[in-house]
Amino acid sequence: MQTSPAITTDLIADSVTEELNPAIAHSNTHSPAQSHPAHAEHPDLRRFGLLVFLFSEGMLFVGLFVAYLTFRSVATSWPPEGTPKLEVLLPAVNTVILVSSSFVIHQADIAIKKDNIKAVRWWFAATFIMGAVFLAGQIYEYQHLEFGLTTNLFASTFYVLTGFHGFHVFVGLMIIASVGLRSLKPGAFLEGKHYGIEAASIYWHFVDVIWVVLFLMLYIL
Amino acid sequence: MTQTQIQPISAASNQNPSEHPERHWRDYFTFCVDHKVIGIQYLVTTFFFYLVGGVLASIVRGELATPDQDLLPPGVYNQMFTMHGTIMIFLWIVPAVTGGFGNYLIPLMIGARDMAFPKLNAIAFWLIIPGALMLMGSFFVGSSESGWTAYPPLSLITEFKVGQALWIFSIIVLGTSSILAAVNFVVTIWAMRMPGMGLFQMPLFCWSMLATSCLVIVATPVLAGAMTLLAFDLLAGTSFFNPTGGGNPVVYQHLFWFYSHPAVYVMILPVFGMISEILPVHSRKPIFGYKAIAYSSMFICVLGLVVWAHHMFTSGTPDWLRVFFMIATLLIAVPTGIKVFSWVATIWGGKLRLNSAMLFALGFVSMFVVGGLSGVTLASVPIDIHVHDTYYVVAHFHYVLFGGSVFGIYAGFYHWYPKIVGRMLNEFWGKVHFVLTFVGFNLCFFPMHILGLQGMPRRVAQYDPQFATINQICSFGAFILAISTFPFLFNAVWCWFKGEKAIANPWHALTLEWTTASPPIVENWENEPELLTDPYDYGMGHTYDQQGHVILANAS
Repeated sequence: MQTSPAITTDLIADSVTEELNPAIAHSNTHSPAQSHPAHAEHPDLRRFGLLVFLFSEGMLFVGLFVAYLTFRSVATSWPPEGTPKLEVLLPAVNTVILVSSSFVIHQADIAIKKDNIKAVRWWFAATFIMGAVFLAGQIYEYQHLEFGLTTNLFASTFYVLTGFHGFHVFVGLMIIASVGLRSLKPGAFLEGKHYGIEAASIYWHFVDVIWVVLFLMLYIL
Repeated sequence: MTQTQIQPISAASNQNPSEHPERHWRDYFTFCVDHKVIGIQYLVTTFFFYLVGGVLASIVRGELATPDQDLLPPGVYNQMFTMHGTIMIFLWIVPAVTGGFGNYLIPLMIGARDMAFPKLNAIAFWLIIPGALMLMGSFFVGSSESGWTAYPPLSLITEFKVGQALWIFSIIVLGTSSILAAVNFVVTIWAMRMPGMGLFQMPLFCWSMLATSCLVIVATPVLAGAMTLLAFDLLAGTSFFNPTGGGNPVVYQHLFWFYSHPAVYVMILPVFGMISEILPVHSRKPIFGYKAIAYSSMFICVLGLVVWAHHMFTSGTPDWLRVFFMIATLLIAVPTGIKVFSWVATIWGGKLRLNSAMLFALGFVSMFVVGGLSGVTLASVPIDIHVHDTYYVVAHFHYVLFGGSVFGIYAGFYHWYPKIVGRMLNEFWGKVHFVLTFVGFNLCFFPMHILGLQGMPRRVAQYDPQFATINQICSFGAFILAISTFPFLFNAVWCWFKGEKAIANPWHALTLEWTTASPPIVENWENEPELLTDPYDYGMGHTYDQQGHVILANAS
């Protein structure tokens, strides 16, 4: 609920004095006439919250990665004999696209800090297209693989890990699209008010980092 | 010596109640974002599931009253103990101590108006409902019968695939709720403390909730990963954990216990915090070793993440790994012991008030020590191999989860009920409740140590007749325990409407939640709360006015 900033600063100053010397603090108790509760507004904690949440989300992938590495280290041969070889070229190109998109969306973050909402829209559109190309490439790869979900343990882990990540890319695209659409509304994001853009960008970096680990683990290692 | 009269902060709220938005009873059934409403929603909802889980436990003990399998078909018996365990953990203790007491108390204790993300808070609570509906719904299609651990391949070869799948999805939903709540707690405790309250001026409950939330954030997603893979195995025919398809069931056990061992600390750490609040108030002494208790919470949080494989000493775990996990597990007894010693030193020589809250708190300390000691014996590899999957283990974890967590929750109920409801509980019935619970609990679970050492396996409906007498004692205790909930329930419901009105600070406690009215007004305080003392400055000559507000004794 609302508060008048004057009261807020007043109260903070008050508590500080009081901490130093309780006796002084109570010489100026607030007037009983002040009936509506005053609220100290707290700083924007959404970025902090998002980072904590993404850390947790990262642990989900860490769990799956460790499971994959364990399956792999326990197996007598990996991938199990008879598994068709994975094509590396397409995913490598895909990796380059996704990693570059992280730099692209970062430009949006820089642009909004200069209050350039027009540039934000273009950078977001570019990121969206790059992410969509990545997903399309992933679907293309799925269609041309010679093994299915239940072929063997390697195939299952491959599909579940990439699928799980792909789902995160999809969620990222939805976030980028909705923030992008909201940016069309004048004044939705300003120099000092751009959490949505920042959040989309942080999430997208997260999805990227996960993919790099995944790519190295599944295709290169 | 001079005394400074402190203006009671909530005095104005009594003068002009009409100027404040009042809580309507409908708010408690809607998507309300007030942390106090959400806390009550959690507590009432989870207590309902406690009763459901208790009915299941009574049925299980009914079956075990005789050596023959006569009350239930074996499959149904398996469903009963599976659902009992799952409900008690995921729908009672975890949400009650974190979501319930955490939500209600944390903002009040740190002088905040609400949690950092009130909407997220409400979402976390309302996720409990679909999770619970799925779990309860699975009763009607044949629920999971693979125990609360759902080890594959047992969980994969079930005849009730739908029930097992519902169980998995329910755990994922409840886990998500738990993670969202934990994110909220970490941010709130870290960044929303009132000006002047440093980390070491926080009440110890805040420290324990911080440690708990860190554990949830690190460990719960791993469980969600395990559950996802298990769901694929069950429904899509993959074989991550199915040995017949080349999978590895032990990987599931590692992932599962990486969450489920820390989950034990998720269930007990907030209770440690509550006990650290209750003991000093009713002993009228400062807490002994504030920093030791605060640090030991964080130490348990870190160490609790690297002990999980002690549940798997018999799962073909290599010797060197068993030794590592044995030592790590034994080490956990150190921070826990520090806490117990601090509590004992706190009550030592204090002016004890033996009211219901204090009785349950003292009951907690003594019962938890029994559970802790049996835990130390179980940590030792040779003993664990001998008693693995016997009633010794059942005795151990009921001593920590019931003798520990549930006793602590009851202590918390009695201690904070006047604040939450604004009325006092009846002390006589509170004591009746305590005596019945204490006697029933020990009758029910202590003999199980002996059963386990004699070799009675857990999770069986039918057992060797030589165990019959001890089992009858256990079942008798279980029924006393079941009956013990009635005085509590009637007391809580009756006093909600008819109890004696509570003043702001009936226990003369010094933490911030007692500086506002009982129940607290919407937005918690009339004006910004004031930090007059450290949270445990008892026995320093402070006096209290009619509403229980502290009047500082200034040594001059």
